[in-house]
Amino acid sequence: MTSTATSEAMSTATKAAVIDLLYRLADDSLIIGHRNSEWTGLGPILEEDIAFSSMAQDKMGHALALYGLLHQLGEEPPDRLAFARGPRDYRCCDLVAMEFLSGAATDGPLCNNPVRDELVSRGDWAGSLVRQFLFSEADAVRMAALETSAYEPMAQLARKLRGELKYHTLHGRLLIERLGKATEDSRSRLNGVIERVWPQALGMFEPTKHGQTLASAGICPTEEALCDRWLGEVEPIIERSGLSRPKHAKPAYGGRAGNHPPELALLLDDMQRVYRLDPTAQW
Amino acid sequence: MSVMRTFSAQSVEPQEPGQAGPGPSCRPDVLRAWQALADVADPEIPVLSVLEMGMIADVAMDGPCVVVRMTPTFAGCPALDVIREDIARVVRLAGFDEVRVDVVFDPPWTSDRITQEGRRKLKEFGLAPPAPGCGGGAVTETILRRVACPYCDSADTTLESLFGPTLCRAIHYCNACRQSFEQFKPV
Repeated sequence: MTSTATSEAMSTATKAAVIDLLYRLADDSLIIGHRNSEWTGLGPILEEDIAFSSMAQDKMGHALALYGLLHQLGEEPPDRLAFARGPRDYRCCDLVAMEFLSGAATDGPLCNNPVRDELVSRGDWAGSLVRQFLFSEADAVRMAALETSAYEPMAQLARKLRGELKYHTLHGRLLIERLGKATEDSRSRLNGVIERVWPQALGMFEPTKHGQTLASAGICPTEEALCDRWLGEVEPIIERSGLSRPKHAKPAYGGRAGNHPPELALLLDDMQRVYRLDPTAQW
Repeated sequence: MSVMRTFSAQSVEPQEPGQAGPGPSCRPDVLRAWQALADVADPEIPVLSVLEMGMIADVAMDGPCVVVRMTPTFAGCPALDVIREDIARVVRLAGFDEVRVDVVFDPPWTSDRITQEGRRKLKEFGLAPPAPGCGGGAVTETILRRVACPYCDSADTTLESLFGPTLCRAIHYCNACRQSFEQFKPV
């Protein structure tokens, strides 16, 4: 396989497809990173507070590296890509934007909110855990496939991230199995969330118009192939944890084309607020 | 500068190809740049130089410019910019006018790049060193549970948390000396 190391070596169609792929990966990383960071200081136990904060920091780092690759291909600098785009420009899947900690969507930001404790108590950490488990397994499958990508900068980054992502999947597997087998309450909470988020989980693999270009150029396998590999990883874990997943869910598509549910706009409004006060500020 | 340390006892000798360090046929001026890097530490692990951490992939001359290729530990490491600036500063202090620090992902940094001396210093600092040969995603839950206490060397320890106060640390508990300790994770 010839490797596509530079943007000059790529055809216009291939370059557009690589850019689309990088936006999907980077936006997924940034948005799940932000969502997981919402638990910082609010996690149900200290270890999980630290775990979600650490995984959030990792994913912010991955987003930065991926936006860096986009910048090398002529897109805007990473900070502008993260903080100056609107929801229509984002290519993340719906799963990462789902809100499990009440606050931003309906009652304004948690910070300085007079009913903050009440909002936090309505938060659903089980939702965040299941989402993180399903996402990190998909992330690991995707990055493993990208390690041999014909787009060499992506292949190098994928090989670099392997060691970090291992801790995300280890964390998810440990917690899902432990809580799946713990009590009737923990099992029914996990099952309830799996049932609810399964359409969005399948939506991680929404086909795009660039999919065939990426697959035939050896840059990234098709979403269908990745989804099969992901199911091969998560199904045995769900099963041995005494949990179940819906068999006939319809995938929630739209995010990869920029059609997001309203919670993404609310998230961006919160996340980008400080940057937008003065986009030229030096940090 | 809190992150600048003088590792006076540390010498940088030419090494075999494939190891982190100057090669046997290293030019004297390039060797001087390598040696300067012994004064730069990761602020989160201040007892180890970037050389002992295995973060320096290569040092070379591009005309009059010293090019240091640095392979970062974690993609999201918040100390990256500080380390970069420190590298440029010490190389300039070593007598070079032009320095460029390139952040590269190839070769990927893994904990297997930490030198023997680096592992000894980690333990002395109170951090259990990462098990060798477990970098790049090779680590398993079983390996993570099998960590000797850096204080009393007991193998009777419990994994408390995969994540710790910095991205590179996990938290364990020693049942023998009844002390919490941190481990530099195999990554």
